Amino acid sequence: MGLIFNNETCSGCKACELVCTLQNLKEINPSKAMLHVYGKFPDPGKYYVDICDQCGACAEACPQDAIELKGQTYRINKDKCDKCMACVPACPVNLVKVDDDGYPYKCINCKQCVTVCPRDALTFE
Amino acid sequence: MLYGYAGNTLRIDLSAGKVEKEPLKKEWVDEFIGGRGFTSKILYDENPPNVEPFDPENRFIIAMGPLSGLFLPASGKTHFCTKSPATGGYGDSNMGGHFGVNMKYAGYDVTIIKGKAKEPSYIFIDNDTVEIRPAGQYWGKGSTEVESAMKEELGEEYQILTIGEAGENLVNFACISHDFGRQAGRIGIGAVLGSKNIKAIVARGTKSIPVFDPKGLLKKGKETYAACREKPGFKGWTPEGTAGITNWCNDVGALPTRNFQTSHCDYADKINGKAILKELKITDKGCFACPIPCGKYGHAKTKRGNVYVEGPEYETLSLLGSNCELDDIHGIAYTNYICDEVGIDTCSAGAVVSFALECYEKGYISKEEMGMDVKWGDLDSIVHILNIIAKREGIGDTLALGVQGAAEKIGYDSSKFAIHVKGLEWTGYESRNAPGMMLGYMTSDIGAHHGRCWVLGSDVATAVGGDKNATVHDLISGDSDFDTIPKADHKNVVPLVLKSQHLRPAFDILGTCRLQYMEIGLETEYYEELYYYATGKKMDFNKDLLLLSEKIWHLNRMFNKREISDFGRKYDYPPARFYEEKIPNGPNKGHVMDLGVIEEMLDTYYEARGWDENGIPTQATLEKHNLTV
Repeated sequence: MGLIFNNETCSGCKACELVCTLQNLKEINPSKAMLHVYGKFPDPGKYYVDICDQCGACAEACPQDAIELKGQTYRINKDKCDKCMACVPACPVNLVKVDDDGYPYKCINCKQCVTVCPRDALTFE
Repeated sequence: MLYGYAGNTLRIDLSAGKVEKEPLKKEWVDEFIGGRGFTSKILYDENPPNVEPFDPENRFIIAMGPLSGLFLPASGKTHFCTKSPATGGYGDSNMGGHFGVNMKYAGYDVTIIKGKAKEPSYIFIDNDTVEIRPAGQYWGKGSTEVESAMKEELGEEYQILTIGEAGENLVNFACISHDFGRQAGRIGIGAVLGSKNIKAIVARGTKSIPVFDPKGLLKKGKETYAACREKPGFKGWTPEGTAGITNWCNDVGALPTRNFQTSHCDYADKINGKAILKELKITDKGCFACPIPCGKYGHAKTKRGNVYVEGPEYETLSLLGSNCELDDIHGIAYTNYICDEVGIDTCSAGAVVSFALECYEKGYISKEEMGMDVKWGDLDSIVHILNIIAKREGIGDTLALGVQGAAEKIGYDSSKFAIHVKGLEWTGYESRNAPGMMLGYMTSDIGAHHGRCWVLGSDVATAVGGDKNATVHDLISGDSDFDTIPKADHKNVVPLVLKSQHLRPAFDILGTCRLQYMEIGLETEYYEELYYYATGKKMDFNKDLLLLSEKIWHLNRMFNKREISDFGRKYDYPPARFYEEKIPNGPNKGHVMDLGVIEEMLDTYYEARGWDENGIPTQATLEKHNLTV
């Protein structure tokens, strides 16, 4: 359940990365996005998107229990977070990022990437 | 705060090994906005007059626009500019992919490179780190081979542009390659990089681009992506991309065939977009932020081997396909792969190879000079010619000059079928019954390139009826089954040509792709609003931006006048084939452009532009546009 990627249609445009950071960080900066688009060329000639599927590895790693499951989404509670960064390497797809204030942040299932993707390569179930 | 821009210019002096950064000049922004505007201004101001294209002093300029890298459709265009080795005049070439946006995220709107590195080198740019590094290990290797190796060495996130063997060997139509299939193809831009001993430029940027109203841009960006989805062309044009126009071009007698001897072939169904989808395609390959990916990445299987390649797109299909009489989609894709790997522009390559095949057929090039017995439509022959050009072996050394230079050396009457304007080879639209399209090619600042003007649809509409302003999607989804096409009227083409010449390059100023507008009809109002949210400035697309686009046209004309001693009207003629030889078959059978019509169109065009009868902007025109040159 959650965000799903279909690499049969992805054309690698990164519109998802753009909307992700503009929506959530008010910034134009794909390198800060909470998903990551990349291609494998020349062989097999396909695009892939690393996404947060809310696996919870970050929450398990957090010694402060600052990453809490709300519905289907793990959210970082800044009031509990002590910036220890244990969650960052725990993410299997390197998508727990660190903001300019030193706090970790992650995908909150805002679904804007799903809305914008012109190829319907991202869906939410 | 300069919203919409990264805010810096990067200057690299390769001879001195020096790197400098300076704030982006406000006067450039205020007067020339970005991209093509920046490059025209900088090349005119900073290139020492009459410097040779391969002189270290010739500048190599990279520029982004205010919309580059932002959340809006196809904001990933990069503009390159230099004095062209193909024409000796103003040269620019534009590329999609992901390179330029990384330059902007690294902090640089403009990069100006001069000098020559002491040894084969590459330029490494990672945010504030800019280094000139040795590239001996990559020299002599193919473009995608180098891209793969550099990504392996540096990391997948680094965006890489490279030249191939042809760029190293200063082939006049060498290109820049990027992202396993994207090119800045035209005007020999890759040869200039080669002349500077630069094999590659690597960029990674992780900074934010400041925008005036992030919330407004987010809302408008979403609306714009949604608007693209609503266009019929979103689903109708995208699947085949530019190759979707192949049959229409053949049906209206505009498909270059056999070195432009004719404009129609009987095998278009074998080399069109549908053939690509059926035979080659693995994935749709999009440039940065593009909702309508025209790139078709595929796998070609030939007797010479199997290769991965992006394309062929329409220009490649027509110029390396029908124009060389190659009727096999796998074979065309293979020639596309060779061009990408050795780093030559597929447009010019198709024109040069077909020219060489015709010269050989006529006995102007011997078998000994050619190195093998070459034939029309033969994959081995075409690949052989491409390879000897890249290596500059045998007659390849002459062909590496492009068709104009090669015709001068080969002699006989070969200049009559050297299909170019100003030294730049003609692209994929035969125009003997398309007066507007022909005038557009004739008067283009960089030579015969469709990127400056495309009015083929209105030319056809004047002959057979229909909407003169139809999008490409409208054209290809309409009825084009004509047995014969009457002679197209040339009387009213000038306003349409001027409009197209200002409109198409306008997107190169903003730093976005024009295809959202041109192919599927995204309205210009979207760009006005996106520009406002990005920069905080109001811009009327049809007044302000097109007026700037016109101004650039005059400036580039003055650059050509300054750099080419006898520049003027005589540089604006099409090759003799188009006004001396009737089209032998197809729907335009019997049509030929009349030389009197050419003169009349030029007179009308110059007058409308505010140029004298020799095609030079008058003082009044320069003053009107506040140009001090």
